[in-house]
Amino acid sequence: MFPFSYTKVSTVREALAAGQRGGRFIAGGTTLVDLMRETVERPGALVDISALPMRHVRVTAGGGVRIGALVRMADAAVNRTVRAAYPVIAEALELSASAQLRNMATIGGNIMQRTRCAYFRDVSAPCNKRRPGSGCAALGGYNRTHAILGGSEHCVATHPSDLAVALTALEATVHLAGPAGERRVAFADFLLRPGNTPDREQDLRPGELITFVEVPALPRTSRSGYLKVRDRQSYEFALTSAAVALDIRGGVIRTARVAAGGVGTVPWKLSAVEQQLVGRRPSAKLWAEAAERAADGAQPLEHNGFKVDLLKHTVERQLRVVGGNK
Amino acid sequence: MNQAVGAPLSRVDGKLKVTGQAPYAADHHVDGVAHGVIVSSTVGAGRITGVDTGSALAQPGVLSVITHDNAPRLPYRPYRNFLVPPGERLHVLQDDQVHFFGQPVAVVVAETLEAAQHAASLVDVAYDGRPPTLDLTGAPTNEPFSYARGDAGGALGSAAVRLEMTYRAARNHHNALEPHATIALWDGDRLTVWDKTQYLVGAQGELAAVFDIPVEAVRVICPFIGGAFGNGLRCWPHTVVAALAARVTKRPVKVVLTRRQLYFGVGYRPTYEYSVRLGGDRQGRLSAMTHDARFETSRYERHGEGIQALGQMLYETPNVSQTFRNVPLDVSTPTWMRGPGYSTAAYAIESALDELAHELGVDPIELRLRNEPDDDPASGLPFSTRRLRECLAIGAREFGWHKRKPEPRSTVDGDRLIGIGMAAGAYHTLRGAARAYARLTAEGAALVQAGASDMGPGTYTSMTQIAADALGLTMSTVRFELGDSTMPQVPPHGGSQTMASVGSAVQNACDQLRQQAITLAVTDERSPLHGVKAEDVIVRDGGMRVKNDPTRGETYRQLLTRLNRTHLEVIGSYAPPQQPRFSTYAYAATFAEVAVDARLGVVRVRRMLGVYDAGRIVNPKLADSQALGAMVGGIGMTLLEHTVTDRRDGRIVNANFADYLVPVNADVPDLRAIYLEGNDPDADPIGVKGLGEVVMVGVAPAIANAVFHATGRRVRELPITAEALL
Repeated sequence: MFPFSYTKVSTVREALAAGQRGGRFIAGGTTLVDLMRETVERPGALVDISALPMRHVRVTAGGGVRIGALVRMADAAVNRTVRAAYPVIAEALELSASAQLRNMATIGGNIMQRTRCAYFRDVSAPCNKRRPGSGCAALGGYNRTHAILGGSEHCVATHPSDLAVALTALEATVHLAGPAGERRVAFADFLLRPGNTPDREQDLRPGELITFVEVPALPRTSRSGYLKVRDRQSYEFALTSAAVALDIRGGVIRTARVAAGGVGTVPWKLSAVEQQLVGRRPSAKLWAEAAERAADGAQPLEHNGFKVDLLKHTVERQLRVVGGNK
Repeated sequence: MNQAVGAPLSRVDGKLKVTGQAPYAADHHVDGVAHGVIVSSTVGAGRITGVDTGSALAQPGVLSVITHDNAPRLPYRPYRNFLVPPGERLHVLQDDQVHFFGQPVAVVVAETLEAAQHAASLVDVAYDGRPPTLDLTGAPTNEPFSYARGDAGGALGSAAVRLEMTYRAARNHHNALEPHATIALWDGDRLTVWDKTQYLVGAQGELAAVFDIPVEAVRVICPFIGGAFGNGLRCWPHTVVAALAARVTKRPVKVVLTRRQLYFGVGYRPTYEYSVRLGGDRQGRLSAMTHDARFETSRYERHGEGIQALGQMLYETPNVSQTFRNVPLDVSTPTWMRGPGYSTAAYAIESALDELAHELGVDPIELRLRNEPDDDPASGLPFSTRRLRECLAIGAREFGWHKRKPEPRSTVDGDRLIGIGMAAGAYHTLRGAARAYARLTAEGAALVQAGASDMGPGTYTSMTQIAADALGLTMSTVRFELGDSTMPQVPPHGGSQTMASVGSAVQNACDQLRQQAITLAVTDERSPLHGVKAEDVIVRDGGMRVKNDPTRGETYRQLLTRLNRTHLEVIGSYAPPQQPRFSTYAYAATFAEVAVDARLGVVRVRRMLGVYDAGRIVNPKLADSQALGAMVGGIGMTLLEHTVTDRRDGRIVNANFADYLVPVNADVPDLRAIYLEGNDPDADPIGVKGLGEVVMVGVAPAIANAVFHATGRRVRELPITAEALL
């Protein structure tokens, strides 16, 4: 671990000032400290924001919900509003990490967590995300867990968060405070595909801080849920996952929100699947038809070709689980 | 007083462990200790062309950076024990050659761990690397090991049924929770190491040879091990590095491998390709079986393990041929991992038997019964005990085997296909010469010592049980100590031989001690036992009594106090038979039920049962730790565990607990173990056959066979993951 300084701030203003001076924000530390131990991350200054007043879950005027950036994953997962209105969020959280990690990790940190690509985490390997221009070891290496969607010739690492998949499906927004004031970014725009700059992972300006995430209201009749497929039953990142929210009224699908995880360099919104669903009647045939579009544009690598079918099956299954088996 | 042996007693060291007071290798306090952090090579083969240690040395607190450029030349006197494979072991920091990715190329010693870690990350090593050879298939091999009886080729040619399959098993790592660690302290030319080791004698001998000092000048201390599974049987390079660094810096030095370094700094279960051909009649009686296997080893040592036995003795097969090829690659040397060789061989053989059963439409258990031998078909010796039939019968009954629909893919539960599989297994009862010291004090307490280890089977507890019964003492008045090379020598703590060997030596020592006490009593005129025949005296409740008149007797305390003796002491011993008269193995029948979500490619084990013929069970609670633990390990081997090597440079890609998957609690379902009552008096004086290995042998094929039964798809490669089932 490289030497660093540590300060704890108690106001957002102090945090922003420290951030402007180049400090890295830390809250639960469940990703950052690991990466510092591996010398992947070498911040010179840590700014502990865990005392900032961003620990609340509030219902918005529009019937949505705001989840403070410092709400612990475990707390968000058991929040009554979250559980009642957005089971897909609660399930995504509960299927993440381990109980111990969920007790420490925050919502903001969860969104900011970095890829699990083994080459990114091994400083002796080339990695364009860690050392721009050094090359991508995963492309010609072992890439079973890597992305089939959204990759570039510079990076094929997946975004590991389950929560982010649910938030992508639900079309949440990220609220930021920064030296130049506050702004909001649609979740789909917040996390960036690697393109030519895989080291740039978020639409985040220097010194900016996530304050909360806002999830828009779903129709009251909506049902939602999250399915995570992985080699072992707990404490593992997704091979594939599907976040599904459907509003079915009068036997017809009125709205459909579907996103996939474990397959994209960012959480992958499945707009083509959603379009297949809206206005149609739930049926096993429909689920299969719609899921057939889940892997549109997939570019599998040497070891992750199985994810193409697995993704379709995952989406199909979760459409059935949420939408019923009529 | 109840007998201690056979009772499900809790661990005598349990409280120490759960309260964090049991000192593991890195926990020992040594005054003035400095911290060593190893720098590992980042190429898979080649040569070091330069090491820039400038920035590392400039860090505050750094005492030394040792590389092959400045390390003292170590004598590395030739040294062998029967656990050291043929070849020449890695001479650490002695030259510029890189043999495998992750090889130690430098060590940084500093006042604090943090300073050493940081400085180690600043050591800049330049290499002239070349692409390593890593592929098992096609690479030239060492001289094969061969075995033949009868004419397997001919018999296959005339067999009514013939099958030929190749199975592959991935490299696995032991992944014990405790990292390998060493603290080395020199006092002149005397070396003391606190080391994680399963073989004090081996570490002692190896260090003496490397530094060319007398064996007596080396003391190895290891009172506790946080899991090892075979990886502590050898003295690995980091132990030498710690001793070398301590010598250079004239400070005690502690080296703890990082989790990443544990994937190349110590051993692993080698990857295998195992081809089986079998032939038999339509009733399933085997006439021939051939075994052709390849498995990896390093270029500098030839690893070998127990891959032969099962193919020779598990079934009555008149014609057998075996060819096992060791393939030298640019990798570090593998080592023994739980059920070494046997676990892999069982996967191939017991999967093949299942394939034959399916081919013939014969029940898999019935097929095995039809091939049960009367005597050991390899040695011709009678079995001391072989109760595999009982294991199979009891397992079938308790697991509900008869309810299983034989047809694959015939049982469905919602989105899941349900399958039930089974496999047989065996493991040779190893025994080695062992000694034990025992002392009975005037306080009426006993101290027993042997230079054994306890990596988790509960050696402390089981030896205390043996001693308590032999001396008629309660568990709490017996203290058993182990883990110091100054104690009497015993065999390696591996191969399931500790109970049989050390246990028999402890039994012998305590028997002698009891006889000494009884002799003193019956010959002492002041003793109430005076004049009683020694054989009529029994021991219990801390003293001696007349067998038929329990009111007549005295305590050890009364005897020794009166005689003015502070204690009695003996050295006991056990030596295995020179010429075995019996074939002695422990046996297992393992059953597994799986649920396979075929659309999602996900296999979950629902329940498992193991039935074991392991001779006397000294402590069923400890035995359950062994058996259930092996099922967990077997679930990992079958469904999850796979050390992934990047074929371009030999990098271990998943060298951490997030990416190398071991089962978590959610993967571990309802597990149950049953031990056949009885003992094997021909195995050893205490009638045990060893348990810790046999429980692992057969777990993988039982699960793999269940996956076939569930899905109708035969996956011949471990681990069985989603891509094979979609």
